[in-house]
Amino acid sequence: MAENTKIVDARGLSCPQPVLIASDEMDALASGRIEVLTDCGASPENVGRAAKAKGWRLVTSAEDNGTVRMVLEKP
Amino acid sequence: MANVFAGRSGILAAGGAIGLAAALLQFAGNPANMGICVACFVRDIAGSLGLHQAAVVQYLRPEIPGFVIGSFLAAMLTGEFRARAGSAPATRFFLGMSAMTGALVFLGCPWRAFLRLAGGDGNAILGILGLAVGVFVGTRFFKAGFTLGRAQGQGRSAGLMLVLAAVVLLGVRVFLSPDPAAGTLGWIWASLKGPGAAHAPLLISLGAGLGIGVLAQRSRFCTMGALRDLFLFRQMHLFSGVLAFVAVAFAANLMLGQFKPGFEGQPIAHTAGLWNFLGMAVSGLAFALAGGCPGRQLILAGEGDGDSAVFVLGMLVAAGLAHNMGWASSPAGIGPNGMAATFAAMGFCLLVGVMNLKKA
Repeated sequence: MAENTKIVDARGLSCPQPVLIASDEMDALASGRIEVLTDCGASPENVGRAAKAKGWRLVTSAEDNGTVRMVLEKP
Repeated sequence: MANVFAGRSGILAAGGAIGLAAALLQFAGNPANMGICVACFVRDIAGSLGLHQAAVVQYLRPEIPGFVIGSFLAAMLTGEFRARAGSAPATRFFLGMSAMTGALVFLGCPWRAFLRLAGGDGNAILGILGLAVGVFVGTRFFKAGFTLGRAQGQGRSAGLMLVLAAVVLLGVRVFLSPDPAAGTLGWIWASLKGPGAAHAPLLISLGAGLGIGVLAQRSRFCTMGALRDLFLFRQMHLFSGVLAFVAVAFAANLMLGQFKPGFEGQPIAHTAGLWNFLGMAVSGLAFALAGGCPGRQLILAGEGDGDSAVFVLGMLVAAGLAHNMGWASSPAGIGPNGMAATFAAMGFCLLVGVMNLKKA
């Protein structure tokens, strides 16, 4: 499972770049699993909203030492 | 921890509360259609520090340090304070200068543009259209791969610098202001007439600033982001907050007798439509490239973002220069060098946009 995960490392990038990059990946993959790393305060909420709008499911979202790791899936 | 302000009702509540606070601040003494204006208030602070000598716009507005400290407190309490910096700070300094230049040609930041509309000032319409065009151009740069690069985590103190400056400014406002009644000069300037002399009582301004700082930090309220997300993602979330902001300010203005529709003779505004449009267009582009309107930059600085702090310092410096060099408008019209400054700032922003495209 993990090897099929596309990783989007948006750490250090400020809005709107994390959500733009994550959106591009969602569009490019059409389905699958994406892991988004971000440390911009508003980005997890923005990525979550973009994922919902594109029909992706937010599987997990966990914060560790300032970095939020979000896993998105679309079957 | 779940953010209660992240949802639709949260952003509506935050936008509405900020709109109400703005109308009430005007009622309490702030200038007309300027209950809150981040650009104007930073300009007034520049004047109070003697960075310019326009005698009618000098006052150390407590709202501005209040925003920063409110945001800091909210970020600390929710674990969101994170010291970071290093994403093209010098570029952001000049973007801050450009943003302030455009804002002082129009006479207001985006928050005030919407407040002017809510107060009946028709000249704000072209300003808001200009803002939208500037932000739209910014989104095209982002679509083409624009980035100012990554910020890195920094030591805690690096994220505290603007918070520290805010605390010092409040101390200066309380202890070093001139007092005409007592005949003391103090360290700083304070207007005796004009917009700079119109202000709400200190504790009301500070309380409102702190409250808005908390609300804006939690909700991510941002006028530039509202337009940007609409253009980039067809997303209404932040825009709904701005709509609530305008609607509540409009309703409150009606009730308080502060709504005066028209174009001529509007308070602290001019009727040069083209320059209202172009000034805000420059600001909109600068805000978009830097990732936030002036209010949002203050909030981000309070959360520990050193790059936003540098943007704010750029605004402060440009506010001084704008009045020293005749870029700033007045109710009589645009300044003698306002056109040249607008085009220079526009050229700079476009250059930054083109030079930071990372995709092939």
